[in-house]
Amino acid sequence: MERDTLVSFEGVVKRFGNFTAVQRMDFEIKKGEFLAIMGSSGCGKTTTLRMLAGLEAPTEGTIRLSGKPINHLPTWQRDTPMVWQSLALFPFLNVRENVEFALKMRGVGKAERRRRAEQWLDRMQISEFAERNIAQLSGGQRQRVALARSLVVEPEILLLDEPLSALDAALKVRMQAVLKTLQRETGITFVYVTHSQSEAFSMADRVVIMSRGVIEQIGTPQEIYRTPRTKFVADFLGSSNIFSGKVASVSEGAMEIDAPSGRMRLALPDTARRSRPVPGSTATVTVLDTRMGLSVARPADAVNVVPAKVIGEEFVGATATLYLETDHGQEIRVQMGHEALENLPVGIGQRLYAHWSPADGHLVAEV
Amino acid sequence: MSGSEHINRNRAVDWGLKLYVLLAYAFVFAPIAASFVFSFNSDRFPSIPLGDFTLDWYHAVASDPLVWEGLRNTLTVGVIVGVISTALGFGAAYTDYRYKFFGKQVYLALALLPPTIPVIILGLAMLAYLSRIDLSGNALSVIISHVVVCAPFAMAVIRLRLNQMDPALEPAAWNLGASEWQTMRHVILPFCKPAVFGALFITMAVSFDEFAVAWFVSGLNETLPVKVLGFLQGQVSPRINAIGTFVFVTSMTLVILAQLLLTGRGAKARLAAAGQE
Repeated sequence: MERDTLVSFEGVVKRFGNFTAVQRMDFEIKKGEFLAIMGSSGCGKTTTLRMLAGLEAPTEGTIRLSGKPINHLPTWQRDTPMVWQSLALFPFLNVRENVEFALKMRGVGKAERRRRAEQWLDRMQISEFAERNIAQLSGGQRQRVALARSLVVEPEILLLDEPLSALDAALKVRMQAVLKTLQRETGITFVYVTHSQSEAFSMADRVVIMSRGVIEQIGTPQEIYRTPRTKFVADFLGSSNIFSGKVASVSEGAMEIDAPSGRMRLALPDTARRSRPVPGSTATVTVLDTRMGLSVARPADAVNVVPAKVIGEEFVGATATLYLETDHGQEIRVQMGHEALENLPVGIGQRLYAHWSPADGHLVAEV
Repeated sequence: MSGSEHINRNRAVDWGLKLYVLLAYAFVFAPIAASFVFSFNSDRFPSIPLGDFTLDWYHAVASDPLVWEGLRNTLTVGVIVGVISTALGFGAAYTDYRYKFFGKQVYLALALLPPTIPVIILGLAMLAYLSRIDLSGNALSVIISHVVVCAPFAMAVIRLRLNQMDPALEPAAWNLGASEWQTMRHVILPFCKPAVFGALFITMAVSFDEFAVAWFVSGLNETLPVKVLGFLQGQVSPRINAIGTFVFVTSMTLVILAQLLLTGRGAKARLAAAGQE
């Protein structure tokens, strides 16, 4: 289903003095989607959100909301409510007054205000705290007040700036479910800024990955996970093994690379044909850690084999991640289930052979 | 709780410090206490043993039209000065909080400068300046001079409060559809309310007590402290003790009110926060 565009960034640049926070950004936010903007601190994700909210003006370019340019619209005239990292609830107002605030500022009458606030208090399951002070609420309750306060005006878009960062892990997961359900039920476009991969990937329909003011990749979580577009993305997600080397040969549907760890073969999908690499140039290949196999003896039929020794292991619930190091100092991570692991000697220093099929190698754009 | 607090303390140091605090307070409050005690003493001159308990001096003061005039001047000036300097102080503090501009450090230094100038110099300068523009020798001149002295206090108090504010609070209000004026009225002012009233009481107390500048510029509209000097120069009378006690109680009431406003709310919030962790 193709959705209409709600917001578009057209050549947007933001500079603070000599520092460029966002460089030439072009992308669209679709009506009704849950979009996550992800990156490490200082990558420009919060600046992007603040420009959308009208708290920063773009240095260059145009931001459109429903087709209309909003560059110079003051923030109080936009309907772009935001949930702040600190939540920024008004400490001198009680829960109900906080939720009614936006309506009061818009001149909505007292009875109507109360009715609509009641609806959202109810929906966020905080009616019983309506008369409490903010200081008397727990972290999760405050979160719900902040959401109700922003959503009470029934906006088309809701901006969220790392709203869950102050919560403990269990509550975080609960609130993620609340947010996802809320977004699906209301159909409001959510733009969610976070540095956490698990938050972005578990909630968003599409994820934007930013680094140093540049968009590295936009796509569904699956796309980004399986086929990271750049080396940065693969590195940032941390779930892929990255091999770089010189292109040795390119043929129909396949190519070979000479990496320090040995010669590697990978299948070339049709989409890569247009920007087909030239022999002699540098290329980078990623292989997901779940697609790596391990064996004690060198597998006779495998094409891509790298010898390495075990340097550590890490258990995460149902799976385990094994860390190995090749003779050239390259780290390899392999994720496998506990059954597979039981048949393998994995003491520290144990020599094993890591192998993968050419179809699991993915060529990234060289940046 | 209290046991664990004491476990690592040297008892001698503990007692020494307590004694030190006691002596310091005794030193500060002894003259005031003496004045308080002798204001109820029937003897003409302060001497021990004390004479009988009496309210005569208060009666004498209360029936003196000059004292009433001084009190009226003091109160009028105090209230007006409190309101004006709190408004100015709020403006200066908010400017500091909200804006970055060239020369801000100079602006801040100038805004906070007046209390660091010796009052005699300030009083003389005020007199020289105000008489040049034909404003000396009336209540207005006292008000102007006292605003200069008091506004920095108001600014300091309100600035402290603004510094405690979540920097996201103001943009959050804009983001929810409040214009800058609405935000000022519905967010900034309510947040600063305790500090604003605190500043009001403190500036009133400062103006109420202030003598030197008022002495220079007040002319015929003398405030109470200036009147008191007049009494002292004429004759030593226990009436002074009565007036002193009254001025002290009034000022202290204002200052304590301010203290309660400035610390009470914060302390309650901290307690509430601690209770729920």
